[in-house]
Amino acid sequence: MEFFERFAIPHPSPMIYASMVAIALVSIGILVGITYFKKWGYLWHEWFTTVDHKKIGIMYLISALVMLFRGGADAILMRAQLSGPDMKLLDGQHYNEIFTTHGVVMIMFMAMPFIFAFMNLVIPLQIGARDVAFPRLNALSFWLFFAGAMLFNISFVIGGSPDAGWTSYFPLAGNDFSTSVGTNYYMLALQISGIGSLMTGINMMTTILKMRAPGMTLMKMPMFTWSTLIANVIIVFAFPVLTVALLMGTTDRLFGTHFFTTTNGGMDMLWANFFWVWGHPEVYILILPAFGLYSEIISTFSSRNLYGYKSMVGSMVLISLLSFLVWTHHFFTMGQGALTNSIFSITTMAIAVPTGVKIFNWLFTLWKGKIRFTVPMLYSIGFIPLFTIGGVTGVMLAMSAADYQYHNTMFLVAHFHNTIIPGVVFAMLAGLTYYWPKFFGFMLNEKIGKSTFWLLTVGFVLAFFPMYITGLDGQARRMYTYSEATGFGPLNMLSFVGAALMAIGFATIVYNVYYSYKNSPRNIGSDPWDARSLEWATHTPVPEYNFARVPQVFSSEAFWDAKKKGHQLFKGELKDIHMPNNSGVPFIMGIIFFIAGFSFIFAIWIPAVIALIGIFVCMALRSFELDHGRHIHVKEIKEIEAQYEEVQGNEARSHTTTRV
Amino acid sequence: MKFKSGLLISLMALVTILAGCEPLLVLDPKGPQAERQASDIMLSIGIMAVIVIVVLVILAVILFKYRASKQPDDYEPPHIEGNIWVEVICIGIPVLIVAYLSFVSVQSNYIVESAPTGYENEEPLVIYASSSDWKWHFSYPEQGIETVNYLYIPTDRPLEFKLYSHGPITSFWIPQLGGQKYAMADMVTTLHLGADVPGEYMGRNANFSGKGFAENIFNVTAMSQKEFDEWVEEVHERAEPLTEDVFNKLLEPGHLGQMTFTGTHLEFSPAPEHNHGSDTDDLESNHDDHTSHDTQTDSTNVETDHSGH
Amino acid sequence: MKLDHTQPLEYSTDQNQLNILGFWIFLGAEIMLFATLFTAYFTLEGRTGSGPTPADIFEITPVLIETFVLLTSSFTIGLGVHAMRLGRKNAMLTFFGITLLLGLGFLGVEIYEFTHYYHVGATYQTSAFTAALLTTLGTHGAHVTLGLFWGLFIILQVKKRGLTPENANKSFIFSLYWHFLDVVWIFIFSFIYLKGMMM
Repeated sequence: MEFFERFAIPHPSPMIYASMVAIALVSIGILVGITYFKKWGYLWHEWFTTVDHKKIGIMYLISALVMLFRGGADAILMRAQLSGPDMKLLDGQHYNEIFTTHGVVMIMFMAMPFIFAFMNLVIPLQIGARDVAFPRLNALSFWLFFAGAMLFNISFVIGGSPDAGWTSYFPLAGNDFSTSVGTNYYMLALQISGIGSLMTGINMMTTILKMRAPGMTLMKMPMFTWSTLIANVIIVFAFPVLTVALLMGTTDRLFGTHFFTTTNGGMDMLWANFFWVWGHPEVYILILPAFGLYSEIISTFSSRNLYGYKSMVGSMVLISLLSFLVWTHHFFTMGQGALTNSIFSITTMAIAVPTGVKIFNWLFTLWKGKIRFTVPMLYSIGFIPLFTIGGVTGVMLAMSAADYQYHNTMFLVAHFHNTIIPGVVFAMLAGLTYYWPKFFGFMLNEKIGKSTFWLLTVGFVLAFFPMYITGLDGQARRMYTYSEATGFGPLNMLSFVGAALMAIGFATIVYNVYYSYKNSPRNIGSDPWDARSLEWATHTPVPEYNFARVPQVFSSEAFWDAKKKGHQLFKGELKDIHMPNNSGVPFIMGIIFFIAGFSFIFAIWIPAVIALIGIFVCMALRSFELDHGRHIHVKEIKEIEAQYEEVQGNEARSHTTTRV
Repeated sequence: MKFKSGLLISLMALVTILAGCEPLLVLDPKGPQAERQASDIMLSIGIMAVIVIVVLVILAVILFKYRASKQPDDYEPPHIEGNIWVEVICIGIPVLIVAYLSFVSVQSNYIVESAPTGYENEEPLVIYASSSDWKWHFSYPEQGIETVNYLYIPTDRPLEFKLYSHGPITSFWIPQLGGQKYAMADMVTTLHLGADVPGEYMGRNANFSGKGFAENIFNVTAMSQKEFDEWVEEVHERAEPLTEDVFNKLLEPGHLGQMTFTGTHLEFSPAPEHNHGSDTDDLESNHDDHTSHDTQTDSTNVETDHSGH
Repeated sequence: MKLDHTQPLEYSTDQNQLNILGFWIFLGAEIMLFATLFTAYFTLEGRTGSGPTPADIFEITPVLIETFVLLTSSFTIGLGVHAMRLGRKNAMLTFFGITLLLGLGFLGVEIYEFTHYYHVGATYQTSAFTAALLTTLGTHGAHVTLGLFWGLFIILQVKKRGLTPENANKSFIFSLYWHFLDVVWIFIFSFIYLKGMMM
């Protein structure tokens, strides 16, 4: 009986039971639907076994959007619970689980796959390559991320969600104070998706370093490629720290070791240090690719080259180095003394300098430009002032003596949402709108897109700016309730209103996709935005092999040169193209990892061992497998290219209509 | 200078109005440490507001001037690589601002981490504040008193809080007297505070510590030294002694009201040995140091173990 | 498949070059992994609680054997790669075989070492120090174990399919891995064992 008790929810509520039923119904519905429409074969051949970077990118994109809504539901529940004093919507335990999963889902399972989506979709195209360096590893990365995400998401219906915060500080997250299996989910799900992230890091670095088109030297790479390269360097050096920390946390919880306990020499501060040695670089892993996207978009819609290319690259390199030297600012209040705090206070503030340089470079890119206010551009323009506010409040927090007053308050919550939402989320939505036509062959509706932007911006300001004030008034973060006497009520109500506006804003994105799918014209040509870099030089939607001929590059704006200065991008005869074969192994390994993770979480050792053996068997099979890929022959390429030529007839006309 | 203070006052007023008349706790300091922090906060808000306004104005002007709808159709934006002097200015100004704020920040660190100024002649009052799920135990070793969930302190006298935890990491915070500091299970941290004005203040655990975290608050009453002495006497006359059994009951997870005892739990259940951030190690404690510190304390433990072999 | 004959066999195709660069980057991540483990170990080394200290449990003999065996194996795999470059398949297979046998020997002694720790009361659950020690050693040992299987598979493939560019590439990458494990062991030997025995 005790065995089964672990699977029960420790703190059930009608809301959880309702979502259990909803999840079950939706899952059954999906399975029945796929079977009814006989789509299993299609899914397996086209998606589950694919190694095509574009399809993998699209799968990341869909997962990220789904997780955005999962994390958003958590967020709206939190804001509703705090919208007035002594609200009874959620109890303490439930609230703790929700803010924990909100943080983990948004960072690990929304923001990370979102940036991976753009890396996968755009990088090979932008550097003129046919795929990433290790296509099958790329598929494995995705399926590991997906296994981790699913594992984490079933926690709230089986066994209970983690409830120790996304930072999961020990000893609170240890067995003594977190008795349910929730924190096991945290440890294992993050471990599995973390391995996937690490492999993406290796893959992307190799791709960018070795597979660029002829002529594209490092200093001629587009800015998004640069930002991706640096972000992936950070991934490779930061994620192993998380791996070790999670391993120790797991053994503490499952095997009774004493890394972070309060007895037998354990040291709770070690977890906090390791967590943030990974955690701070992690925020730059998210923000740098976002900076890259903004650079592309601002340059495109000002019809100008990016101002200060070299200083843009230099500042990103500097940010990546500094990101490893500031982790202590997450706990100035741990009692390290004035000297340590002073050092980390200075290194933290130093990051403001390269970031400031980037802001000014974007402003100078707009200067003397011809600014078109499209949806991606609106997000980029909104980003500049809002992110500046997020950045300067970061400098305020970096003043360690004052941080004693900001730490653990809503001021901090306001600050990091103020960097992540305009910084990362806006960039992702800008990128989504910008690259949508390239991969789906139609544009998203501009009118609906603009209302999404305004809803999100106004909602964001209303939701988070009041938190700066309540923070200074003494509202600690992570409190599930407060009394009327504190006076936090009205401002929290305002936050709730803002959050509701944001929720409506996110819903309009879904509507926009539906509406545009129905109504948008399909003859948009390959370059609907009048863009500047290589990814727009190929057809829309992109053929499997990306480029029929490998492009020759002369500057960081190869496509712009081709359009304006008559550089010939594609020269020479067509040749056979070598492509990798599809493989079901990554998908199967994802499933096995899921089973292994689940068994570890509930300490059921026999399936755990079997699953681990299964993983090694898959690796062994891969070692012995002979797979030399396949070739697309010239004849076939010519046929495919001819199909695009037909469509191209309409291009001249569509150029004038779709350009905004 | 006049301009700056004028700006600060108007900002303070703005923030106050936004918050609905009552001054914000952190910006309504009642002790020297909190005053320093509040002035740092106001200073940085001022400088940062200027930066934000400058960026906003530049952005607005550029957007207005260079929007496509305002330009002729055949306008081709120029290709500009970047200019070394522009870059120097873009780097130089942030560097100057950051350098100035760093200077202030370092100065404040040393002020906040040492005994409050203004009453240096007074002997500091040492209070052990330890947290358990989800309450605070305040031990006054010199007075031989222990309270739960409320704190009486004398004004105009340095207060030295020795913080540690009987469970998860918590953070001891009285916004109007000064910033917070962590209380942890395996070491003692020191927080220096002082109160200038008698009155009642809110204190709480600011670091998430589980289910009962939201209600993990305590009351602080600051009073003159004379009244404080009277209170101490009164406690000794009326309160029950704190025994180990009673204390262990208090430690059980849950919430308690305010309680008062004579004697402290430190007598039978002493604080963790390792002392961190006290006056003396201000200068030598850098980050790596605290690990070697731990090693030292523990190796002394080990030696005692060895003697038993 | 395009072959570039100016390069050694293991570098001769584009994919081979990608594999080698990718593996170097992976080793960069591995360095961070072990660096983190070492940091944890140095932090927790003195935190023995009521359990034994490093000086109480470390024994010099098995550690010296392990070091000697692993260093030799790093040398023999170097010889193996050299033989591979000369195209001498049998010599290469012999050296790879010796390497794996030495690796197996290392693992055997390490298992003995772990049982010794268990018997003197330094188990995984004893203290922060023992947990950090066993995790660091165990992670290295797990890498060696994985390497044994990997090496075995490569030997089988070279035997069956000969010295193709693909197999040469795999063998070379495996040698990088094996050398890396050796470097890690030198750090373990110096900063865990020697330092611990002197304390």
